[in-house]
Amino acid sequence: MGLSLNARAALVSMALLAAFLLVWQLAVGGVGKKAEPVDPAYAALVGATATTGQSAMPGPAAVGATLWGHLSDPFYDKGPNDKGVGIQLAYSLGRVLTGYGLAVLVAVPLGFLIGMSPLMSRALDPFIQVLKPISPLAWMPLALYTIKDSNTSAIFVIFICSLWPMLLNTAFGVANVRRDWLNVARTLELGWFRTAYSVILPAAAPTILTGMRISIGIAWLVIVAAEMLVGGTGIGYFVWNEWNNLSITNVINAILFIGLVGMLLDFMIGRLQKLVSYVE
Amino acid sequence: MSFDDPFDARRSLKAGGCSCGHHHSEAEHEAAARAEQRATAADEHGRLERVVSLAVVRALFPHEAGRRAFLTAVGASTAAAAIAQFFPLGTAIEAFADASKPEKTDLKVGFIPITCATPIIMAHPMGFYAKHGLNVEVIKTAGWAVIRDKTLNKEYDAAHMLSPMPLAITMGVGSTAIPYTMPAVENINGQAITLSIKHKDKRDPKSWKGFKFAVPFDYSMHNYLLRYYLAEHGLDPDQDVQIRAVPPPEMVANLRADNIDGFLAPDPVNQRAVYDGVGFIHVLSKEIWNRHPCCAFAASKEFVTGSPNTYKALLKAIIDATAFATKPENRKEIAAAIAPPNYLNQPVTVVEQVLTGTFADGLGTVQTVPDRIDFDPFPWESFAVWIMTQMKRWGQIKGDVDYKAIAKQVYLATDTAGLMKELGLAAPDTTSKGFEVMGKPFDPDKPDEYIASFAIKRT
Repeated sequence: MGLSLNARAALVSMALLAAFLLVWQLAVGGVGKKAEPVDPAYAALVGATATTGQSAMPGPAAVGATLWGHLSDPFYDKGPNDKGVGIQLAYSLGRVLTGYGLAVLVAVPLGFLIGMSPLMSRALDPFIQVLKPISPLAWMPLALYTIKDSNTSAIFVIFICSLWPMLLNTAFGVANVRRDWLNVARTLELGWFRTAYSVILPAAAPTILTGMRISIGIAWLVIVAAEMLVGGTGIGYFVWNEWNNLSITNVINAILFIGLVGMLLDFMIGRLQKLVSYVE
Repeated sequence: MSFDDPFDARRSLKAGGCSCGHHHSEAEHEAAARAEQRATAADEHGRLERVVSLAVVRALFPHEAGRRAFLTAVGASTAAAAIAQFFPLGTAIEAFADASKPEKTDLKVGFIPITCATPIIMAHPMGFYAKHGLNVEVIKTAGWAVIRDKTLNKEYDAAHMLSPMPLAITMGVGSTAIPYTMPAVENINGQAITLSIKHKDKRDPKSWKGFKFAVPFDYSMHNYLLRYYLAEHGLDPDQDVQIRAVPPPEMVANLRADNIDGFLAPDPVNQRAVYDGVGFIHVLSKEIWNRHPCCAFAASKEFVTGSPNTYKALLKAIIDATAFATKPENRKEIAAAIAPPNYLNQPVTVVEQVLTGTFADGLGTVQTVPDRIDFDPFPWESFAVWIMTQMKRWGQIKGDVDYKAIAKQVYLATDTAGLMKELGLAAPDTTSKGFEVMGKPFDPDKPDEYIASFAIKRT
């Protein structure tokens, strides 16, 4: 075998994709139930699903065609309720990055504090455990009611949902810095701030980044749900709007976009994580 | 110009003269009035100046004797100049001229993508907002709870709501109590009971025991009409079937997935179920109560009183659009205007079938019902009373209800009638009328007796 492992993996991936597309095409391409012949005046008033029994599920070719449509004109703006997919993704990314950025600003310092103090760690633990598993959609009515602005509410929901993994990971990483290193710092008579900055932070950085990586994934999951609820703009609104039109083709397209952007976000934090990891 | 006051009970009405008493005959009076009208139109600013300075002089000298003494002492023109010295007449005149201009022209109006919102939506692409000097953005919204919250948050200046919602919000049922108003009904009729295609042989409601139904919202005409219809057929809507609130866009998907057996929903949802071959139209809502109200144009009391000119211009645009939509010959054009992704996001043929009333019923027949949906902006106060009787009947509100007072406070029938007349439309003289629901007459003066007359109720 002259090919590298990577090349072979790529080949298998391609083969899997091709098989998937083939199965998909075969699954939807077959003629559905034979419908009774209908009056042409009546047939003109209803869709193909009702008259020919054709499956409502689009094939890969139809999805590919609309995908091309979206990619060739991603930034059109035909009024407040109809914008290109590029603009929608930009709105979603803007919200995610704002909410996530705020969460980083709060979670990392707070996590440090909790990690360095066993007392705070135990005192705050029950609150964190209760707040952590709450679904974004459960926060939404409360946020809309108190914040009184749908865009800020969406950002708040992202903030609150991406906060906990970062907080817990930071606290865990800080609490588990090796005793030896802290003892060395103490021997060298480093101040509190110096210890935190040049010993604990580098030691805990990989764990903190892991928390950040989990959080960005959650933030991206949350935005779609939040935007489906508050509407207006964003990729979540796009999915809802196409659902409203029962356009499965466009929903599949949106799923693809959401997946790709999520992968990109994860990849970026992954690179960052590699930068700070170290070998003992 | 004539300051002929219609409220003046002592106005001279002497025979042979004219209505103002200054001319010898009515014809002469009219000729003078016309000449005056031409003059005032040419000199609008001069007229304003006169009106405002008159008001100022009257305010400065409340007593006639004092004013006369001052005027004879210094002369009229000196007096005017003297007043202008210390009173900013120019500013006052400008402020007076501004009084009829909208306080703000950039507005946001929320809507749910259903054909009930036709006047609100079409007023945008067809230019009715622009015609009345407004720059309105119509924003598509995901559901009734969200549209309520966004309007209460003032993200929207006004919104498309279900006609029971302003009543519920005002009474604080299912929401914080905030005085709300409903100056116009969007549409009448236009709903239907749609059943899953697998039930096409179960046309008798008595065979519907155990069915799961969807309605758009708890406080909706759909909920009340469906409950009424079921109860008239002997089914208890709380015991024999299940009724749940599902946002309209999700209804067809749920019907296809077999999560529900049917729904009483706004269009285009019913027609879309037929279009996709998953349901059939069992009965149009007009057969339950012909010319029933459905959706509404609603705004907070604060908006109505805080920016009265904007409110007036907006309501005028809506009434104007509604009047245009009433004409059957305009319906195709409207369907094409509101079907694109920016508005309803539906196939044009679906919207067209709803608006023109020539539609496929899902059972292989093409039906023609021109008034399947119709448009009439007048918010009859008796509609509100009926809605409150149903709220009480199904236990949404408890205790004594001051039906008449709440109806009057929320359904601004008098405002609507005034603006309808301004636009040259025929407006009713009363604000209350009786009607029949499934053949049973409703008397708005006896709401409690009406509730008591039902066998199935939750009171």
